[in-house]
Amino acid sequence: MPTDAILDRLRAATRETTTDGRDPGDSEWVRPAGEHDAISGVPARYVATPRDTAAAATLLQAAAALDLAVTVRGAATKQSWGSPPRRLDLILDTTALAGVVEHAAGDLITVVRAGTRLDELAATLAGARQQLALDAPLPGGTVGGAVATNASGPRRMLYGTVRDLIIGVTLVRADGVVAHAGGKVVKNVAGYDLAKLVTGAYGTLGLITECAFRLHPLPTSVAYVTRRTGDPAEAGRLAGTVRAAQLVPAALEVDAPAGGGAAVTVLLEGTAAGVAARVEATCRLLGGDATAADEPPDGWGRYPWRDGDIGLKLTAALSGVPRLLADARAAADRAGLALDLRGSAGVGVLYAGLPGTADPERVAGLVDALRTASAAVAGHAVVLTAPPPVRDRIDLWGPVGGLALMRRVKERFDPDARLAPGRFVGGI
Amino acid sequence: MSTAGTDLDALTAALRAAIGADRVISDRQQLRTYECDGLAQYKVVPALVALPADAAQCAAVVRACVAADTPFVARGSGTGLSGGALPHADGVLIVTSQMREILEVAPSDERAVVQPGVINLAVSRAAAPHGWYYAPDPSSQQICSIGGNVAENSGGAHCLKYGFTTNHVTGVELVTPDGDRVRLGGRAPDAPGYDLLGAFVGSEGTLGIATEVTVRLTRLPESVRTLLAAFESTDQAGAATSAIIAAGVVPAAVEMMDALAISAAEEAVHCGYPAGAGAVLIVELDGPEPEVAAQFDQVVRLCRDNRAFEIRIAADDAERALFWKGRKSAFAAVGRISPDYIVQDGVIPRTALPEVLRRIGELSAERGIRVANVFHAGDGNLHPLVLFDAAVDGQTERAEEVSGAILDLCVSHGGSITGEHGVGMDKAKYMPRMFTDDDLDTMQLLRCAFDPAGLANPGKVFPTPRLCGEVPGRRKGVHPAQEAGLAEVF
Repeated sequence: MPTDAILDRLRAATRETTTDGRDPGDSEWVRPAGEHDAISGVPARYVATPRDTAAAATLLQAAAALDLAVTVRGAATKQSWGSPPRRLDLILDTTALAGVVEHAAGDLITVVRAGTRLDELAATLAGARQQLALDAPLPGGTVGGAVATNASGPRRMLYGTVRDLIIGVTLVRADGVVAHAGGKVVKNVAGYDLAKLVTGAYGTLGLITECAFRLHPLPTSVAYVTRRTGDPAEAGRLAGTVRAAQLVPAALEVDAPAGGGAAVTVLLEGTAAGVAARVEATCRLLGGDATAADEPPDGWGRYPWRDGDIGLKLTAALSGVPRLLADARAAADRAGLALDLRGSAGVGVLYAGLPGTADPERVAGLVDALRTASAAVAGHAVVLTAPPPVRDRIDLWGPVGGLALMRRVKERFDPDARLAPGRFVGGI
Repeated sequence: MSTAGTDLDALTAALRAAIGADRVISDRQQLRTYECDGLAQYKVVPALVALPADAAQCAAVVRACVAADTPFVARGSGTGLSGGALPHADGVLIVTSQMREILEVAPSDERAVVQPGVINLAVSRAAAPHGWYYAPDPSSQQICSIGGNVAENSGGAHCLKYGFTTNHVTGVELVTPDGDRVRLGGRAPDAPGYDLLGAFVGSEGTLGIATEVTVRLTRLPESVRTLLAAFESTDQAGAATSAIIAAGVVPAAVEMMDALAISAAEEAVHCGYPAGAGAVLIVELDGPEPEVAAQFDQVVRLCRDNRAFEIRIAADDAERALFWKGRKSAFAAVGRISPDYIVQDGVIPRTALPEVLRRIGELSAERGIRVANVFHAGDGNLHPLVLFDAAVDGQTERAEEVSGAILDLCVSHGGSITGEHGVGMDKAKYMPRMFTDDDLDTMQLLRCAFDPAGLANPGKVFPTPRLCGEVPGRRKGVHPAQEAGLAEVF
């Protein structure tokens, strides 16, 4: 079918569902792709920007009928993550699928459209002294993007990750069928928890259009206690002593830059009196030069890499965190690469950054070494983002338990493999 | 599906060969022991019962069922309240209670690794000497098993603050409905790939059988403080709950009982709650001493502001246990004041509590059926106890009507038909009140991925089964070599 005919078909299919007064022929609604409309270097042919679930469903129905491959794009802050799509026709842009549908402050829940920016949602909720307790490591990202990539930050130690906060989801399947799971109440065991299934699925199972989340009150008082130390493993051991104490931190982070040295930072949240007492206890416990501050240290909650660099996520059983920090540093030294390490020692998650200009062969060797180091402490090493020369040289994901079952799930939800094909584990 | 007769004999022989004759029950009288779970109004005698000793035997049993095209149902301690472990008349009941070893308690990893038949409370007991415990605490925690908790995503009184089973399970080994052994998750967080663990927990035995569970351990709190507040009405107690939540306090638990539930508990266990109370609240705070101290005073003040006429503060563990005794015995206690009763489990947004309770009162009056209310007030999880006498003509039907109408009330307020007991057999028919056909069809895509033959706990959760069939479509997505595991895409 010639390009224009497909465009016409997409526009025609969506004409009936536009209830917001927009002309479906509007160039903003379904348009030919421009030069920036590519995913990891793979150019798209069309871009559609639906405003609600019904319009998105019609679009995906039409895409199914036309056998178009679709990748979802939010604010594009994590678009370089994963492998490039094997095939791409249509970018489904969620930035117009935005807004808070409901904020029931008394029930501590909110329902938001997927294209809503996390920082905008935070501002809305703060009006009621509430929060969606999900840190955004990359500013500007959307709710849907955070869910699809299972992104989280330091405060996961106290509040958990997306899977612990999401209580309901509205999806549009690859065939355009709209489905809901979960609901608007925190306690609910009716039916399968599809919200967890699509969390971290990189948009390969369906388009997330709305999410319901449980909320938390904003704490009245916060404090950061930082203690510097000579080497990363020592920072890991200090983190262990904090876990064993009765401090209930909201976050317990280590920062070990390539240049040397390391620091452990404890975030305490609560009442003014409670936090003051816990700050004192934390300083005593950590000893050394431990100091308290109202503001977070530099780089707090940010990935230790910049756009265009190589970024990894390393995980470990908690007792293995000091060893992983030491092994990762040693492996980087052996490879002669500058590895920045930073992450949530309190939950066994570390992020690692390498310069994007590093030699792909050496990076591949280091990734292998990091994978061995993570496996030795019951964890995984996943390359989240890497420039094409590196990406083409390595396995981004490493070993994946249950991969055969995952393939079967994908085949049921997207039998023609049109949703972000190849972007996820094992070529899913 | 196979039926009785020679097929059953062949399956019996196959199971005996696989796991030993002493682990297979085929005697009709002995099979009757397993005819129901905690929801005794449904009874089905299974064709066979298998009691595997370990994961390998469990997988062998499932493979034998697959070979014989025979359905199977997993059962732990059999305490479930939705008929989730109700046997299939032509199927094998796979009882996991023989797999009851605590394999490891690892406080330094904040994890314990247990077999599915391990009793919930046993995990906390094993971890306590190290200063840790397992947070999910369903009322049946002295007898229910971790495997059953995983299947049902069990909650408990403290899930307002600590969440449910799904928030505390970091890994499972399961036997899939094909009889394969698969590990999902583990000791470290965020395993790569789909969160199949998140989908598996709470799938009520329809996606496979857990044979090993890795759970998160939680630090025993430095301080726990509990109060009991008596109010004239449930409206006042509800207003106090809302005020506590609005103040930004997240208690470990907020439990409410109404007058009828209080009088039943009083009669059964003599818990000595304040006389004349129309409602009592139990509020528990835990955490670091300085935080609990600051917030507890605030909670006391908020209860007073909302017209609590008596507030008791537990001076020690013994008094705390007494406060909880009335609450935890409430289900059984109504047996003292009514020959029969239905334990309902529904969820509403907390703020709808006064309206929903008023409507439950009206329903009760209209049908002449008493309803005692016990709930986890903090998270809006209601447990109305619908009282009736089966010996009185028409009462059973009226009680069931009231019970069903309460679920409609929950759904119409944006809530759920079950907060912690599960859908099982009992509530499958109510699923369409909460979900569309498309919603249910989509959930069943997951089931078809795990269990295309439909052998794992059929007839539960979903009102109508989906015929899975072959995967439709052109299947051009994954290269055949890759699919066969011969190649990876880099």
